[in-house]
Amino acid sequence: MTDKLELGGEKLASRLLMGTGKFPSKEIIPQAIKAADSQVVTMALRRVDFDSPAENVINYIPEEVILLPNTSGARTAEEAVRIAKLARAAGCGDWVKIEVISDHKYLLPDNQETIRATEILVEEGFVVLPYMSPDLMAAKKMAAAGAAAVMPLGAPIGTNKGLRTQDLVEILVEEIEVPIIVDAGIGKPSHAAQAMELGVEAVLVNTAIATADDPVRMAKAFAQAVEAGREAYLAGAGPVRDYAEASSPLTGFLEEG
Amino acid sequence: MSFYDRYQDFKDLDFKQFMAGVGEQQLEEILFKQSLDWQDFLALLSPQAGSYLEPLAQRAREVSIRNFGRVILLYTPLYLANYCVNQCLYCGFKASNELPRHRLSLAEVETEAQKIAEMGIKHLLILTGESRQDSSLEYISSCVEILKEYFPALAVEIYPNSVSEYRSLIEAGVDALTIYQEVYDRQVYEQVHVQGPKQNYRYRLDAPERGCQAGMRSVNIGSLLGLADWRSEAFFTGLHAQYLQNKYPETEISVSVPRLQSALGGFAPNSVVEDRHLVQIILALRLFLPRLGITLSTREAPELRENLISLGITKMSAESSTVVGGYAVNQQGIGQFDTTDQRSVEQIKELIRGQGYQPISKNWQRI
Repeated sequence: MTDKLELGGEKLASRLLMGTGKFPSKEIIPQAIKAADSQVVTMALRRVDFDSPAENVINYIPEEVILLPNTSGARTAEEAVRIAKLARAAGCGDWVKIEVISDHKYLLPDNQETIRATEILVEEGFVVLPYMSPDLMAAKKMAAAGAAAVMPLGAPIGTNKGLRTQDLVEILVEEIEVPIIVDAGIGKPSHAAQAMELGVEAVLVNTAIATADDPVRMAKAFAQAVEAGREAYLAGAGPVRDYAEASSPLTGFLEEG
Repeated sequence: MSFYDRYQDFKDLDFKQFMAGVGEQQLEEILFKQSLDWQDFLALLSPQAGSYLEPLAQRAREVSIRNFGRVILLYTPLYLANYCVNQCLYCGFKASNELPRHRLSLAEVETEAQKIAEMGIKHLLILTGESRQDSSLEYISSCVEILKEYFPALAVEIYPNSVSEYRSLIEAGVDALTIYQEVYDRQVYEQVHVQGPKQNYRYRLDAPERGCQAGMRSVNIGSLLGLADWRSEAFFTGLHAQYLQNKYPETEISVSVPRLQSALGGFAPNSVVEDRHLVQIILALRLFLPRLGITLSTREAPELRENLISLGITKMSAESSTVVGGYAVNQQGIGQFDTTDQRSVEQIKELIRGQGYQPISKNWQRI
């Protein structure tokens, strides 16, 4: 099996990235990561409590997992850059997921500021994964700036609504060279499978796992769905038609002797 | 345009008459609506909606978990000084009350900070009375200089300031603002604020907006429940929060739902807010503004606080003292008001876990 996700110079077997927010307890986080087999896990630097081992969420992430600190709380590119640098200085590694959100009502990302932050952080040597609204021009600029992947939202954060932005994400899959990772909005494993079937390289799931009645079980369900969706994409699904294909053609008589 | 204009639009509304017209069918429909308007919100505050608390609670819980997860942020207040030039009838620190007045020296601030940090607190709310002479912005900024070494997030609850004054506090290291209107009903406002700069209703009303304009990361507002009719007060609180949320989407807006507690001076509430009323207010706010933060203080009793966690609370205080220097310097002093839940931070964390929620100490880091 050679189908690996190439991201930031790494070859990853898992195409399910996970978030660590919203869980009912920190103790459940490592179990969920294990059940999901995730190799990249994101956490908000604002939440990381470096002073207290029992409170520090990083201590609940298995060591072999790549840490993906995110810049949650940043309202501008400058704030995102400062948060990313704090994360690196604190020993969280070079990877960063840029989140620039200046809208607390819908939590929609600011693409323009995100592009700027991407440019600066790539320049600073980070592996940059920008969270964005699926807009082709913005995605092109992020990729051109050196983003390791582009992370369009499927629906607003925490809504569990699924892949509402499907048409736009499909365009990104078609046009953007770097991996497309759908982040936010995925509410059920079937949504994740659907995204993977379209050819996105990976998905990032947080709310749907963290707020399930049984997060560990849900993490496993997502892992299976992501795998199934990827397999289906690689297998090449048959074309979708708007009408049935009659087994007894109406013009068959023309061919009859 | 300020919220004052919005207040003007509604201040003469006949709340009793509006709420009397709320019917069962209307409430049933609101339960299934995606987005609520002010009429729906007010209907949820009506006496009739009091019979729908269970279905409303189910809905509010689901909305809260989706938006905030099973997570409660902890904070604690630190009173820096109790000098006050105002005469607010309900407050233990009002100018006419004879109690020892004190302002923490910077050394005392450090002692208090060490003690509070040891308790495991990361988000600190610092408070003073209204006295620009005794608790000047310079003094507060000096305290912030010390406190920011101990706490990654600092909020202020002090007298109202101008935009540039709020900016200077942000530069000093403050990231959040709490300011309660206390009471939106202007007539009652004038009755209970009998002396001092706090008599300026409008300057206080616009203070949260000035905080947003200055760049505060979060702004927390509230009405002191019990001073006037709670239904209309909760309505104005929600309306004010909505106004701020719409106009300043970059700012996290939250509300507190403080009920008037006994304090030195023995002020009797004008409106009795029972537990079930408090629940109704929290549920109505949650459904009206799904992304709104809701803060609950130690004014409330332990058992009630436990039960309110799953209804939409996002932030709770723990092991609070309302005494100036009450953590280490002066544990026997007289507080601004009486707290009811006196359990330790560790105990509060335990009870939050017991409810299936994760207590969070840190949700911001100064950058």
